Amino acid sequence: MASYTPTVAIDAPGTSTGGNGALPPDWGSDGDNFGSRFFDTRLRRARLGLVVGLTGIAMIFISFTSAYIVRQGLPTLDPRTNTLLHDWFPVPLPRLLLLNTVVLLISSVTMELARRQAARKALAQFASVPGVSVEAKEEISWLALTVVLGLSFLTGQWMAWRELAANGFYVGSSPSSSFVYLLTGMHGVHLLGGVVALLSAGVASMLRRSADSQSILVDVTGWYWHFMALLWVYILCLLEFVH
Amino acid sequence: MAGGTGGGETIMATREFAAHEGHAHAAPQGFIRKWVFSLDHKVIGLQYYFLALTAVLVGMFLSLLMRIHLIWPNITLPLLGDIKPETYLTLVTMHGTIMVFFVLTTAPQGGFGNYFLPIQIGAADMAFPVLNMLSFWVTALAFIVMLGAFFVTGGAPLHGWTGYPPLSAVPTAGPGEGPGADMWVISIALFCIGALMSALNFITTTLDMRAKGMSMMRMPLTCWAWFITAILGLLAFGVLFSAGILLLLDRNAGTSFYVPLTVFSGQIVAHKGGSPLLWQHLFWFFGHPEVYIAILPAMGLCSQLVSVFSRKPIFGYKAMVYAMLSIGLLGFMVWGHHMFMSGMSPYSAFAFSIMTMAIGVPSAIKTFNWLGTLWGGRIRLASPMLFAIGFVSLFVSGGISGPFLAQPTLDIPLHDTAFVTGHFHLIMGVASIFGIFAATYYWFPKMFGRMMNETLARWHFWLTFVGTYCIFMPMHYAGMAGQPRRYSQFTELHYLEKLIPLNTFITFAAFVTISAQLIFIFNLFWSMKAGKKASDNPWEATTLEWTTATPPPHDNFGGHTPVVYNGPYEYGVPGAPRDYVMQTDPTTVATH
Repeated sequence: MASYTPTVAIDAPGTSTGGNGALPPDWGSDGDNFGSRFFDTRLRRARLGLVVGLTGIAMIFISFTSAYIVRQGLPTLDPRTNTLLHDWFPVPLPRLLLLNTVVLLISSVTMELARRQAARKALAQFASVPGVSVEAKEEISWLALTVVLGLSFLTGQWMAWRELAANGFYVGSSPSSSFVYLLTGMHGVHLLGGVVALLSAGVASMLRRSADSQSILVDVTGWYWHFMALLWVYILCLLEFVH
Repeated sequence: MAGGTGGGETIMATREFAAHEGHAHAAPQGFIRKWVFSLDHKVIGLQYYFLALTAVLVGMFLSLLMRIHLIWPNITLPLLGDIKPETYLTLVTMHGTIMVFFVLTTAPQGGFGNYFLPIQIGAADMAFPVLNMLSFWVTALAFIVMLGAFFVTGGAPLHGWTGYPPLSAVPTAGPGEGPGADMWVISIALFCIGALMSALNFITTTLDMRAKGMSMMRMPLTCWAWFITAILGLLAFGVLFSAGILLLLDRNAGTSFYVPLTVFSGQIVAHKGGSPLLWQHLFWFFGHPEVYIAILPAMGLCSQLVSVFSRKPIFGYKAMVYAMLSIGLLGFMVWGHHMFMSGMSPYSAFAFSIMTMAIGVPSAIKTFNWLGTLWGGRIRLASPMLFAIGFVSLFVSGGISGPFLAQPTLDIPLHDTAFVTGHFHLIMGVASIFGIFAATYYWFPKMFGRMMNETLARWHFWLTFVGTYCIFMPMHYAGMAGQPRRYSQFTELHYLEKLIPLNTFITFAAFVTISAQLIFIFNLFWSMKAGKKASDNPWEATTLEWTTATPPPHDNFGGHTPVVYNGPYEYGVPGAPRDYVMQTDPTTVATH
């Protein structure tokens, strides 16, 4: 060792261009053992995960969109006349979908309020920090309201399906009605996932589990919810205007 | 500290960050929490690995049945009876599906990626351990559903791993296209969900969990490969999932996404207006990146091993990273080259052809960099290195026919022949499998604390290396001579009679190669119990997994978070006390 001279000065760990530090992850349950200093890291990680996950979900709907556009242009053979026809006839969308859209957009607002409320609660946990004071008072449960609105939207979608069926448009009736069911159905399943996440955050809250884990869950579900609202507007525009 | 590595030990110890304040959870003790529903990425990695090992045994068995049937079509097998033509197609389908999804996608990424990505970047676990556990169990469920297809009425499907409609979309189209095909589609959809969750975890972990000092450009190339593979998976599996949903609807809900007005068994189907081409586009938009999902981890690993065992820094680290990125990017623009036969516009075919041949450029960069790393190195021909060199060889041999098939004029006559079978087996199948073998021999000491038997490993290597060439090289010639693929029988065809000896040779080569795998399996399990005890860093490598205990503790670094000072390939550093400098060694930094 004595004869060994480093070739270059040592990088101080703090100045290197490295990662953000490998803090232990949330191991799956009440991961608030790490205290407030880990809150930001966990929130950032969860949000990053969400963005990545939403990219995957976006790919699913991009594929459906491309199938939707391609399918519109496909001709079919009419065996009686032996000619090629286009079998794409747009389905008249139930007006109820507009009401559902309004409900979902309002739920996005309440979701945002719930997200901020949860963040305040998480901060209140650290209120003992000198100089930080957070009022802990009873507020409207925006979370519960969002769940109710989300479920109303899903019920509304179900009723729209019933209306379509009553008018004779089933999944297999025509290519455009197939896509109406497919796109609304896949969106509904994804939104239901959001409702389940909110319910589990609500249950955790009632069981007085740690506020910061809950806040992270509500935060990422909030962004997910906004994405789902946007996605719905996109789907509605696709079904209404692209044919 | 765990696994001190000589020179910089004292300094390293003082420079390390303090242990985490109270580790969140102690290692679980119960069998169920520890080995079944584990949240530990290492256990999940092993679960994926053994799932792939089970799958490869099934897939290999099916391939053996195919080879037997091809040269002795009238033979009656004990227990299994005759292999009818439709059974042969079932074998083709299930061999392809199981191998592509449950072996080539599962072992390199799910297995080794899960085990070593967090350790190599200095993290305690994956970003979302619960999601990680779910990914594995959804994948395992997908495998069970896939195997279940053998046991339902009509048996497993016969539409090939590519599942082209209308065959795959009409339940009456053939035996196995009823419930068996439904299970096939459901299994693929489940697999997609598992793969998407896993991709999410890999990407977040790589971006957000790197240790202090572990910049992206200090990551081992294995981590880069897993990261890029995860991005490909994220973008590709969603598309396959969508395609699968449409197929399920066509099969069960009376929609016509893929099925045109057509006739099966004299009956007009109840569908009209759909297009099989829609499926082909969606499928191959996934399918081509899938090839890179299978082989990129092997490329990363090969880069790692070539450097470690040549005792030289990797030739052109940045070039390797950019080459992998461009392979990933180009991989999304070439799906049409699988569809030249489908009646595509010559202009589209031209564009797809040019893009495909462009992939030759980053592939050649990688190959020359591997050779450049080997050149003048002090090569240690241990078993992982043998398999890494074998990988390079197979990558070149299998890859060189790629530019042939990328040209529509050559692809159209060759497409439905054994030439393509030979091509993709060499590059996607065997080359990736060599990556898995290399990884097994390389990381086994870290995973199980013992060395694998080197003599058996050498026997395994040479028999497999020569054996796979003997199987797949002649297929190119058979294809050029006009032997069609997917045909259950050819021995009665006059124009193919001269190919019977060649095919007999291939079948015997398959027997020998498959038998050689028993050596590997014996070595694997025997070495777990009776192998020579491994030191913490038996290969004298520099990356983080070799700084920790063997096998690594529950939190990977025994309460420490490593700090990284060097690049991953500091071998033969002038003036250093040893011929390698650990990534965590603060006494010197990269000068290249």
